[in-house]
Amino acid sequence: MANRRVPLVLLACGSFNPITNQHMRLFELARDHMHSTGQYQVLALQSSNWVTVDEWESQQPDWTETVVTMRYHYGRILKEYEGRAGKHMTPTPVSFESSGPQLKLLCGADFLDTFKIPGLWQDEHVEEAVGRFGLVSVSRGGLQPEQTVHESDMLSRHQRNIFLVREWMRNETSATEVRRALRRGQSVKYLIPDSVIEYIHQHKLYTEDSERRNKGTALRPLTKQAQSQ
Amino acid sequence: MHLRLFELARDHLEDTGQYKVVSGIISPVGDGYKKKGLIEASHRLEMARLATENSDWITLGSWESMQPDWVETVEVIRHHHEKLLEKQQNCDETDTVKLTKKRRIENRYEASSHQKRRDGPQVMLLCGADVLESFGVPNLWKQDDIDEIVGRYGLVCITRSGNDPHKFIHKSDVLWKHRRNIHLVHEWVTNDISATHMRRALRRGQSVRYLLPDAVVSYIQQNNLYSAESEQKNADVVLAPLQRYLEASSS
Repeated sequence: MANRRVPLVLLACGSFNPITNQHMRLFELARDHMHSTGQYQVLALQSSNWVTVDEWESQQPDWTETVVTMRYHYGRILKEYEGRAGKHMTPTPVSFESSGPQLKLLCGADFLDTFKIPGLWQDEHVEEAVGRFGLVSVSRGGLQPEQTVHESDMLSRHQRNIFLVREWMRNETSATEVRRALRRGQSVKYLIPDSVIEYIHQHKLYTEDSERRNKGTALRPLTKQAQSQ
Repeated sequence: MHLRLFELARDHLEDTGQYKVVSGIISPVGDGYKKKGLIEASHRLEMARLATENSDWITLGSWESMQPDWVETVEVIRHHHEKLLEKQQNCDETDTVKLTKKRRIENRYEASSHQKRRDGPQVMLLCGADVLESFGVPNLWKQDDIDEIVGRYGLVCITRSGNDPHKFIHKSDVLWKHRRNIHLVHEWVTNDISATHMRRALRRGQSVRYLLPDAVVSYIQQNNLYSAESEQKNADVVLAPLQRYLEASSS
């Protein structure tokens, strides 16, 4: 019986437009859940504040497929882990006996539904993101993630790699609502960190104009997949 | 979240064009209330103080919790209103104060020919819909107190989908009489973060970060507050208002 916990890094991709306390909650809930399985130890790689921001994806010239971002971070994690452990780690698929670190994608349950939107994901990418890496999906509100997994052959095949976490406290705070409140000059205090509020005000972000940005333009994943066909 | 109630209330009232909300106060109840799971007032005060550290208008009111016995809400409102009037005598500005069951907001009332004129600063009770509906619980409130709270002072009630405050007001003669003093603010973005949920998560060793201010989370951890044991506090004791009004009605 493998008693050693698998070191785990959670990666959250997304617009974060803006980041909200709810986004931060995803991490906390996911960490609690993965710890309580007894099989994982969520890592703090760089500092005592275990959640950090990484700029690599946002600095890429074109939109980057999620799985590419995952591969990038997994490579970095392996290097850093090797550096600490002083040995060479072979990238492995999911295996509970492996003591090598794992990377999983952290997302909300609505994210699971996006797999069935035509043209949004490449099939091989979904296989890799879910099969090779794994998902931790946090649900809230009226979403039925178990049902979504059940209704998808691909997701069902990788059920063992999909961790569903339920947030019992209904919290409908979303970046969309935050932007709406900001446009209307309403308070968003206690919904997003104070420092973020300050930043938004300083730079006058989120107006009616900013909300119209990219209106009429197709989402990049949809055009990119179409181009490569 | 408690602090969100203040923000929503202020936005709403100032949007009417009739009020200037100048301050809000959180007034934690005293230990004498005897609610199940209620930990010491000293801790609750300190946590509220930490939570309001970063607010430029919401502060802590400790008077209520320092009283030896449980104090009726209407008395707390009266106290803060008197304090406000005293303060006003010392300065030229006209302020109004809103007091809530656990919080209060100060408003400056600006004269408008369309509204009933209430001179001087006002205090209103800020609460969630659960408090409004608690007016209907037998022996929890004195009818005279309810009359005074909504009649003389006023209520700002934050509601959400699933509540029907209009219906509740409609069904109560005293609330209906003072309906113009009851400001209903709908919270469109539901936020179920309640203290009960917090305590449950804490008992189970789960994270409450980003649900509570960091300073409060640290304080809870440092002082080992909220355990299965603390949740059993007052489990066999009758809530103070029920005790008091039952005694009064039987004597």
